[in-house]
Amino acid sequence: MSSLPAPLTLSDQDRQRRTLRRRRRRESATAWTYILPAVVVILGLSVVPFVWSLLLSFRADDLVTPSRWVGLDNYDALTQDPHFSQAVRNTLLYTVLYVPLSMAFGLFLALVLNRRIRLVGLYRTLIFVPFIISATAQGVLFSFILDPEFGAANSVLHALGIGRQGFLTDPGQALLVLVAISVWSGTGFCVVIYLAALQDVPPSLLEAARLDGAGRLQLLRHVVLPTLTPVTVFLLLWQTINALQVFDLVYVTTKGGPLGSTTVIVYFIWEQAFKNFTAGYGAAAAYVLAVALLVIGVGMRFVRGRRPAVAAEGAAR
Amino acid sequence: MTTTTAAPVEAARPRGDARSTSGPRRRRLLPFSPWHLLLAPLSLLFALPLVWLVLSSVMTNAEINRFPPALWPSGIHLGGYRYVLGNAMFPRWFMNSLIVSAVAVASNLVFGALGGYAFARMRFAGSRALMVAMLATMAIPFQLTMIPTFLIMKRLGLIDTLGALIIPSLVTPFAVFMLRQFFLSLPRELEEAAWIDGCSRLRVLILIVLPLSRPALSTVAVLTFLTTWNDLTWPLIAINHDTQYTLQLGLTTFQGQHHTQWAAVMAGSVITVLPVLLAFLGAQKAFIQSITSSGLKG
Repeated sequence: MSSLPAPLTLSDQDRQRRTLRRRRRRESATAWTYILPAVVVILGLSVVPFVWSLLLSFRADDLVTPSRWVGLDNYDALTQDPHFSQAVRNTLLYTVLYVPLSMAFGLFLALVLNRRIRLVGLYRTLIFVPFIISATAQGVLFSFILDPEFGAANSVLHALGIGRQGFLTDPGQALLVLVAISVWSGTGFCVVIYLAALQDVPPSLLEAARLDGAGRLQLLRHVVLPTLTPVTVFLLLWQTINALQVFDLVYVTTKGGPLGSTTVIVYFIWEQAFKNFTAGYGAAAAYVLAVALLVIGVGMRFVRGRRPAVAAEGAAR
Repeated sequence: MTTTTAAPVEAARPRGDARSTSGPRRRRLLPFSPWHLLLAPLSLLFALPLVWLVLSSVMTNAEINRFPPALWPSGIHLGGYRYVLGNAMFPRWFMNSLIVSAVAVASNLVFGALGGYAFARMRFAGSRALMVAMLATMAIPFQLTMIPTFLIMKRLGLIDTLGALIIPSLVTPFAVFMLRQFFLSLPRELEEAAWIDGCSRLRVLILIVLPLSRPALSTVAVLTFLTTWNDLTWPLIAINHDTQYTLQLGLTTFQGQHHTQWAAVMAGSVITVLPVLLAFLGAQKAFIQSITSSGLKG
């Protein structure tokens, strides 16, 4: 939209510009009608709840009887609640395992898939398919496969001479099993993102390095991986944020059990708000999570701001 | 959010030109690339649980419940499917899911295009502030808004209706910004010519802009469908009555109630994942492009 002052001569073009400008003035109203549905839904169901949640978190509220103001009591209670600290620990453990594993497998598979051999499209499809399966179906399917009594997993272990495992019913294993299921379904996403990024590695850069006598591994270490850095940072952020918000899979498979070993933060929030009807307490926990996510998001953006991609250019020389 | 064009990033093309790691040609020990020895078993490992899902959905409960369970069905037994489609409420849940997802896809396309076009091409009071506000909402996690959203839906009398599922998914900031970015990447001259000829903005949008925007529209459609169809959290909160369940909510409840009828549970799971799976296999390129383009924009 040009905001230059109108020239004095009136060529055809100028007349067109003036018509355009006149029509633009009238279009504010039109624009608002276009944008209104989005504004009402998006702001109405995020900004309003955003503020409402904050107010709720200062109240004791069971969603039925009138609530009362309790100040920071909910937050105080959170710091002393062993269930909440367990939920935080579980979520962090899940995240610390799931994010690097899915990314490492993703990078490895993308590097292997990034070559011109037959059937590579089929391999990619098979690896990616679990990603589009809903967490519900994943949970139901693995509850079946890992069923301690009738599951296929135990019969395979049995055939290998390994004793029967509890999997999701064993407090020592359940969280690790959830990580494994998530790696199964989440790796495909990392593969696809890394593959797309690998296509963008400039061939000239590779050619130059090769002429300088770089071997395969050197090429990988000094050229390919540095150019992938922005994507790696993005994936780290994306996977971390998603991991901290894990819920559906937990709800379907373990409902936070056994013995609270898989209670994650969002499960804790859901339980407080919609099972125990302590909405204010749940809202306070949700705020703690939201602030953590925001800090990670802002922190990552800061890291990303310092564009490490230039390193690739330097490394190739 | 970057402000560069949102033209979907060319998605994973494994046979791409920018191929990196080929050294000089080597002597061949095998009639095929040795990478197959690694890739074939690995990709089968990813597919195996889904193969098992389909196989066990056509087994009998007796085959499943013995130890060790049968690894291959003795025939195609449709008892699980018959139970799920006949006695249980799966057909109803399927329709509910279909209605919610279809409305969400359609309305995200319509309202996303209208909003995105206003942001991309029209000048109006407050547009800048509004855009910043909408972008900022993308940073608000769902867990923070779900409790008040439940209270809002309750006040509107929509709890236990499909309306409670549809309204929050009518239009997402993602749809608006995805389309805005794409519209900005289109050449402006075409639209301006039509506009000067007296076309209304709406006609310009529908006749000129949208036909050029198919990649972005399909990205919005694919991702909206995927997230709405697969969602469990919000239906779990907003719906109590089983006639209003979506498939995901129905499936997990059904599993809880029919713990030993694994064939039926697996048949229900197949029905739940089938629409997404068919859509993916039918439009794989669009799916992967959507996911990479939305991802890489971050």
